[in-house]
Amino acid sequence: MGSWIIIGIIVAAALYVIFAYNSLVRMRNSVENSWRQIDVQLKRRHDLIPNLVEAVKGYMQFERDTLTQVVEARNRAVEAPNQAARLQAENQLTAGLGRLFALMENYPQLKSDQNVLQLQEQLTTTENQIAFARQAYNDAVLELNNRIETFPSNMIANHFGFHPADYFKAPSEDQALPKVDLSLGTPRAS
Amino acid sequence: MTQRHADFRELESRNRNQTAALVIVFIVLFCALGLGLDFVIGAVRLRDGHLVGFPFLTIAALIIGSVQSLISYYGGAALVLASAHARQLMPDSPKHQMVLNVVQEMALASRMPAPHAYVIDDPAPNAFATGRDPQHSVICVTQGLVDEMDREELQGVLGHEMAHIRDYDIRTMTMIAVLVGGVAMLADFFMRWSFYGGFGARNDRDDDGRGEAGLIIAIVVFVLAILAPLFSQLIAMAVSRQREYLADASSVEFTRNPRALLRALEHIARIESPLANASRGIAHLFIVNPLESVGDNEEGFFDNLLSTHPPLSRRIRRLHELLGEPGNRAISGENSGQR
Repeated sequence: MGSWIIIGIIVAAALYVIFAYNSLVRMRNSVENSWRQIDVQLKRRHDLIPNLVEAVKGYMQFERDTLTQVVEARNRAVEAPNQAARLQAENQLTAGLGRLFALMENYPQLKSDQNVLQLQEQLTTTENQIAFARQAYNDAVLELNNRIETFPSNMIANHFGFHPADYFKAPSEDQALPKVDLSLGTPRAS
Repeated sequence: MTQRHADFRELESRNRNQTAALVIVFIVLFCALGLGLDFVIGAVRLRDGHLVGFPFLTIAALIIGSVQSLISYYGGAALVLASAHARQLMPDSPKHQMVLNVVQEMALASRMPAPHAYVIDDPAPNAFATGRDPQHSVICVTQGLVDEMDREELQGVLGHEMAHIRDYDIRTMTMIAVLVGGVAMLADFFMRWSFYGGFGARNDRDDDGRGEAGLIIAIVVFVLAILAPLFSQLIAMAVSRQREYLADASSVEFTRNPRALLRALEHIARIESPLANASRGIAHLFIVNPLESVGDNEEGFFDNLLSTHPPLSRRIRRLHELLGEPGNRAISGENSGQR
């Protein structure tokens, strides 16, 4: 009788280890996948920006500075040698795009250009998807880190070498404009 | 936040259990009906406390019930979409493109695969989600929703639908729609059959047979007539308006913006028009009740008991409370110019 109880406890413990290990792996994969989602959207933004700049250039003769800044930030982000430089360039790009979108409100002719409107919608949703992907990434990181740091799953995490992931920290100016909403026609304060 | 994630896994498993229970209850009810009919036609009878005879109608009912359950699981979404006259949403106009984009945005925010998008040509703003799991999910909007809502409001509405998808509400709700709708359809079928004399026409020369068949059909119709409201009662209870509150809260979790859904619901409340193609069978899937004009939201006892949706005014009030605002303006009507 006593031996059965001991066997039962061992089996239960083994099942728990399997369950905890598998869910840690799932959470780690979820974090990696969320990070890739951000990359996909950043890449899409890089592809869209030259088209938008090309399309609005003719209308916005007097905004050459802003347009140049956006293009330069975009090129720096594409060619960035390391993660830190790239992050910085992406943040400048977000800020620059925010300024560009706000300025575009001053040019009513843009509203009648189908090509511009379409590009604007694509960039708007890309900006939103970047913001939501970062939010989802942080949610995934929180879930993983909680599991790694709380008892008793922390013992399994330590034993199998799971490490807490880093949160994505938005720069302060980026936080001020997490979602672009052009359809409302209200320029954001940046 | 961890609490919240634990919560949605809990909701998911509750929905899985509920669907299983639904299928079992459905099949048992069906078999009971079959057994009753077996007694009526004399295929089985009681002799010395034992059942004798071959209950072939019971077995037929078991097969029909099981097949219908399988259909409701695998084909439920397609049937619901067909009955709502929905078609696939194409990026054929700027507004449709925007809806497709916002679906992508909310899928990212909820960490779910992107659902397919469908549209119903109806001016009443409404939306629903269906499917059997997040990998096989559909979000359906009305053209009215597309036309009326701006991007922020759409995010609120579609966030609500993504919550139903993540929590597996879609599976429960869709199977309820098809199984209950199936009973209603069967009732219709028998009713018409007996009305136009299906059996009667064939057994014209055989007066005895006709009388007996007529009796059976009368009994079937009678039983189904009793079962149908019982089933819709079952929906009202199973659907539990709690789901709508939970999906509202999750929508805010995804958008990080209580204003989005709040503005959408207030906007819908202002328009108040019922949906043309919404039958009673799929009404519980929608974000707001498509059958009644949403304006009259008296919170009577019977409304609460029989309604599949919580009063819109109460949902709006809850969102106001989330924003830390006095939540009574939407119902007291003092909502002019406070924004």
